[in-house]
Amino acid sequence: MKFRDDGFVIYDEESQRMADEMVMAEARHMAQRRRDEDDCACKGGMFPREPASRRGFLFAAGSAAGLAGSTVALAQKAPPGAVYYNVPADPTKEQGRPVAGDGGYGSRSQFETEVRVRFPTPNEYTSWSFTPLDKMVGNLTASGLHFERHHAGIPTIDPANHVLLVHGMVETPKKFTMADLKRFPAVTRRHFIECSGNGLTEWNKPTLKTVQGTHGLLSTSEWTGVQFATIAREVGLKDDSTWVLAEGSDAAVMTRSIPMEKMLKDALLAYGQNGEAIRPEQGYPLRLLLPGYEGNTHIKWLRRLEVSDKPFMTREETSKYTDLMANGKARQFTMEMEAKSVITFPSGDMKLPGPGFYNITGLAWSGRGQVQSVDVSVDGGQTWHPAQLNDTREPICTVRFSYPWMWDGKPAILQSRCTDGTGYIQATLKQLIAIRGSHGPFGSIYHLNAIQSWAVDATGDVTNVHA
Amino acid sequence: MFTPKRILQVAALVVMVSAASTAFAQSQDRYGFGTPVGLQDLTKYFAIPADGAGLPPGGGTAAEGAKVFADNCAACHGDKGQGNPVKGIGGDRLLGGRGTLASDAPIKTVESYWPYATTLFDYVKRAMPFSAPGSLSDNDVYAVVAYLLSEAKIIIPTDTMNATTLPKVMMPNRDGFVPDPRPELELYH
Repeated sequence: MKFRDDGFVIYDEESQRMADEMVMAEARHMAQRRRDEDDCACKGGMFPREPASRRGFLFAAGSAAGLAGSTVALAQKAPPGAVYYNVPADPTKEQGRPVAGDGGYGSRSQFETEVRVRFPTPNEYTSWSFTPLDKMVGNLTASGLHFERHHAGIPTIDPANHVLLVHGMVETPKKFTMADLKRFPAVTRRHFIECSGNGLTEWNKPTLKTVQGTHGLLSTSEWTGVQFATIAREVGLKDDSTWVLAEGSDAAVMTRSIPMEKMLKDALLAYGQNGEAIRPEQGYPLRLLLPGYEGNTHIKWLRRLEVSDKPFMTREETSKYTDLMANGKARQFTMEMEAKSVITFPSGDMKLPGPGFYNITGLAWSGRGQVQSVDVSVDGGQTWHPAQLNDTREPICTVRFSYPWMWDGKPAILQSRCTDGTGYIQATLKQLIAIRGSHGPFGSIYHLNAIQSWAVDATGDVTNVHA
Repeated sequence: MFTPKRILQVAALVVMVSAASTAFAQSQDRYGFGTPVGLQDLTKYFAIPADGAGLPPGGGTAAEGAKVFADNCAACHGDKGQGNPVKGIGGDRLLGGRGTLASDAPIKTVESYWPYATTLFDYVKRAMPFSAPGSLSDNDVYAVVAYLLSEAKIIIPTDTMNATTLPKVMMPNRDGFVPDPRPELELYH
C-alpha cells in the first residue's frame, strides 16, 4: 500500500507553546545531567554523549567532602530518593552500615541519579512528568519513576478515611472502606499504562532529543486489587447498565465514563503497586486500572463509581481527550492504546564509543493484547530482523526485546516494529498521518504509536530523526 | 487404624463438612462486605450527563455571571475568556474559534468545540476556580455558565440558565464527534 506524504498535524496554539517549552526543559535537564555526571566518578553508564570527566572529587574516598563539616552539603548532594553515605576506599576493610539503620525502609543508591522530568506546562499543578526509559533496565518501572499526569496536584489522603461509593443503576448501592475492599479476593497483574499524549511533540519533525521525552509517558507496574466484576456482583447490576462513571478524589475531581463491557472484562480497583501500596502520585490509596486504555481513564484516588445507561460526557472525554480530524469531526472515546515499540538503547543523546558489538534493546507493548513479535531494522526500515524477547509475554504488558548488532562504524538508522496478537503492525509515521489526515492536515496530537527512528552517525552520536 | 466403624465416622464427617460447604456457598452469593448507602449519603456527589439529570435547583443570568467571572475566572482565563498562558497560570481560552475546526488553524474552545452545555456546568462546579475548587454556589455556577454562553452568542443575554433550560442549549459543535473508528484496517496485513 502506498501512502502520500503531504499530510501533517496542526498544533493548536497551546500545544505548540508547550512543545516549544518542552524542548527547552529537556535541554535544561540534559545539561543538568551532564553536570551531575561530571561531578560523579561513578557514572560511565550508558555511553553518555559527553563522557564524564571522572574528576569525582565530591564522592571520592578520602576527599574533603567526606569530612564531618561537609555532611549537610553532602546530604543535599544525594539524588532524590537516595541518602548520602561516605564511600570507603576499600569496602572490605571496614564494617558497612548497621542493619535496619535506615529506619526499616530502603532507598536507592546515592550513585543512581535518574529522575522524572516535568513537562513545562505554565502551571505546575496541572502537568505531567516523563519516565527515564533510557536509564531503565528490565520490564517493570520503579514506582518512584512511574510517569505522572495530574490535573490539580497530588492529594494527600488518609486511607482510614477513604471510601469508595458504588451506586447508580445497581441493586444495592454500597460504600466500601479500604479495609472492606482488601477483604475481597484480589488478583495481581502486570500491565503498562500509557498516556494518549505520549509522543505528542513528534508528529511533524523530530522535536525532543531523548527517549524519555519522546516515549516517557509509558510505565509498567505489577498491580494488585479487586476486580470490578467482584464488586459488581456484590452490589448487583440493573438491566441496561452500560457505562460506569469513575471519579477521583483530587481537586480536579477527575471523571471519565467507561463502557461496562470493559469494566466487567478486566477493570481492577488497584491498591497495590510493585508489592507495596500504590504511590501517592499513582492514586493512593485506590486507583482504577483499565488495561490497555489511555492513561487518563485510569482514575486515581478513586472515590466513586456511578453505574449508568449512558456516558456522562465529562470535560475530559469531550473537550480534551478527543481527536480532531481533518474534516473537522473529532473521534471520541478513542480508548485503546495500539501496538507500539521503541529502542531505548541506543537512543537519542547517547554516543557509541566506536565500532563493535552493541546489544540493541527496547520495549514493545499493545493495548489490544499480547505482543506477538518485534522486528528491528538498522537500515531505516529497508530490512527487518526478528528481535529476541527477553521476558515472558503477558497480555497488555510491555516486553523487553533485544537484537545483537555489530556496528561497522558507518551511519545507521535504528528502528523497531511491534506486531500484536491481533495481527496489527505498528505503523510508520507517514502511514498514520496519511490515514488520520486523509492526506491533509488534522488537529489531533494524541495516539501517536508510530515507529521511532534513531540515527547513529559515523562518530557514534545518536539522534532523533524521522526516516 | 481404619476399622469399618472408624471409616463410617470419617465418611459421616466428610458428608457433614460437604453439606456445610454447600450451604455456605448457597447462602453466600454475596460476601456481605461494605455498607449499604441511601440517598442521604450521596448528596455531595454529582455528575451531570447531557440530559441534565442531577442538575441542582437554582439558576442564573449572564448579567449576574459577568461579576462571577470577573471575580473568580478572569485572572486565569482573561477578561474576555481569551486565555492566559503565562507561567504559573495557564488558563484555557474559552471563547471564539467557531468555524475553525476543519481549517488549518483549529481553535478549540467551549464555544467552538464543547458539545454539551451541561459539561460546562459540571466542570465549573466540580473543579473551578482552580485556586478554590468547588467553592462557587450553584447559582453562581449557573450564572457564569450563562455569561459564557451569552458571550459566545449561543444564548441571548436575558436567558436564565437552570435545570430546565441548560440541557436544551444547542452547542455549535454538538454533532462534531464520531465514535472511534480504529483499528485502522490499513495497518493489518
